[in-house]
Amino acid sequence: MKSSGGPSLFPGFSGFSGFPGCSGFSGRLRRRPAPPPPAAPGDVLAETESLHVRLGSQDVLSGVDVAARAGEVLALVGPNGAGKSTLLAALAADLRPASGVVRVHGRAAADWSAPELALRRAVLPQSAALSFPFTVEEVVRMGRAPWAHRPHGRDEEDSDDTVVAEAMAATEVGAFAARPFSALSGGERARVALARVLAQRAPLLLLDEPTAALDLRHQELVLRVCRERARAGDAVVVVLHDLGLAAAYAHRVAVLRAGRIAAEGAPDEVFTDTLLSEVYRQPVEVFPHPRTGGVLITPKRDS
Amino acid sequence: MTVLDKPVEPPGADGSRTAGGRDGGRSPAGRRRTTPYLLTTGLVLALLVLVPVAAGIGAYPVPTGDVLSSVAHRLGLGGDALDRVPESVLWNVRFPRIVLALLIGGALGCAGALMQGVFGNPLAEPGVIGVSSGAAVGAVAAIALGIDFLGNWTVSALAFAAGLATVLLVYAMSRSGGRTEVVTLILTGIAVNAFAGALIGLFIFFADTAAVNQIVFWQLGSLAQATWPKVLAVLPCAAVGLVVAPLYARKLDLLALGERPARHLGVDVERLRIVLVLVIALLTAAAVSVSGIIGFVGLVVPHLLRMAAGPGHRFLIPGSALAGALVLLAADLGARTVAEPAELPIGVLTALIGSPFFFWLLRRTRRKQGGWA
Repeated sequence: MKSSGGPSLFPGFSGFSGFPGCSGFSGRLRRRPAPPPPAAPGDVLAETESLHVRLGSQDVLSGVDVAARAGEVLALVGPNGAGKSTLLAALAADLRPASGVVRVHGRAAADWSAPELALRRAVLPQSAALSFPFTVEEVVRMGRAPWAHRPHGRDEEDSDDTVVAEAMAATEVGAFAARPFSALSGGERARVALARVLAQRAPLLLLDEPTAALDLRHQELVLRVCRERARAGDAVVVVLHDLGLAAAYAHRVAVLRAGRIAAEGAPDEVFTDTLLSEVYRQPVEVFPHPRTGGVLITPKRDS
Repeated sequence: MTVLDKPVEPPGADGSRTAGGRDGGRSPAGRRRTTPYLLTTGLVLALLVLVPVAAGIGAYPVPTGDVLSSVAHRLGLGGDALDRVPESVLWNVRFPRIVLALLIGGALGCAGALMQGVFGNPLAEPGVIGVSSGAAVGAVAAIALGIDFLGNWTVSALAFAAGLATVLLVYAMSRSGGRTEVVTLILTGIAVNAFAGALIGLFIFFADTAAVNQIVFWQLGSLAQATWPKVLAVLPCAAVGLVVAPLYARKLDLLALGERPARHLGVDVERLRIVLVLVIALLTAAAVSVSGIIGFVGLVVPHLLRMAAGPGHRFLIPGSALAGALVLLAADLGARTVAEPAELPIGVLTALIGSPFFFWLLRRTRRKQGGWA
């Protein structure tokens, strides 16, 4: 790797390869992994088969089968500690399963290299941290790193600049593009992190609680973005705590309980009084919206 | 592309605010992109001025014009050779020392920037976390025991081996869950420094008087013994480190997001770490093996540059090398002129200036984090 970059006669000048499109020389001569071919709607972009994951002595997932399909928003819901984030990490190829299989784009997750995976899936972590005071725009631009050394994204006319600008517009972070990331509030950081994930332009999006720190307006905004990405042909897997949001925006939901899938299907089939009351150990009411007929979920508060 | 082409929102008050903000955000970002150019130009110019000036100043002053003329003569660009004495002073005393200062300063600045990036912690520095002392143990062992199986390169090689072992030790001990807490890092540094100090003490105890004198003076940090062979001893380590380091700048940027997110963006984090730890050990060993422990250059220089030009490593790494070279050259000039005819150890000088900066940095970091918890 170190020998593949062009020689730097004077290191001082290598600092300025930092323009969009004109990327550094570290990988110029290296073979770059090819981006995946476009997926057809319904293609399985990531799946698990009887997945078991152990963290320490704890069985976190036991026998989970789940598939993320192109063109679909899949919501993972369930009580705390049910294994939602672990399942997402497994789909992201972050974890080694104790047994079972994780496949990303049809190939075992462990067989992909890090650069290949980066072109295939983008991951939004639960909390966004940053060691140095990069600006918001610089952070979003980091999402373009997998595409470095190629001037164009999946669509030929899309340069890094446009992709970054679009990702920032979609998450409404343009207003503080020049501010340091560390100076933002929790909700603003979460949106910047999402913008970075969108800028990666991977066909599989894995989002861990993207709405946790957000206000009402931006919760809706983020899930609309998820829907739009799905409509554009991406597979979106999103961990949610808000069942109302899951019911309104997901094509399919998987309800997890104690490391197993308790139910999976369309939200209006899966979300029933009995199932949710049992899974959350809290009486829950499910009823249709008086005007739209959409699924509404509230805890029972009779007293 | 996708739906994102369409405005997610109907264009209202909010939409126009974001659009305006983005345009407004372009100019500071643009300013930040030109700052590296200005800084580099400034640093290079400062070096071009300071080198001939520093070559002229000293117990035997040589006018700057004569310095330039002698350099031009040696490069075959005209100019005249000087008399025997000034020519010898310039080429056998001053220039080796200046080249050594530039190399070591560059190595220290660069190592500091790299180390802060790898640890994801702005307080990491070879001196603070004990890597310099670790490398010093190797060097002292070579001097005290009279080891010279690699000739001129023995001290460098042993310093590299010991430095590498120390970086690995500190890295393994101070990380948990993919992060390095400030407190753990500093405490590890204290422990490593203490242990290295004990080992150095042990070697001094067993060494003979001549070796003891050599070690004690060397330990304070000084460029006074600079000769061309010493420059050659430092050159391979420093050159390899300085050339390799900038190749990893982009990946270090991504590492600032954390290890997992960096991996999600295609960085082979394990490999990146191994290579950079090797480079850090090379650079530190290069600096320590000839000039002893010169602290705080690797801490202060990257910090000032980060404040001026932002944290992007594509400028920070080569920029820190340049600025480190400049700072050390200036410090060495100060060290050999302020107390003329005596010489101040340069390590003492950098520590005098660097330690208060470190205090300020600690306080600032603590305030930002709201305590050390």
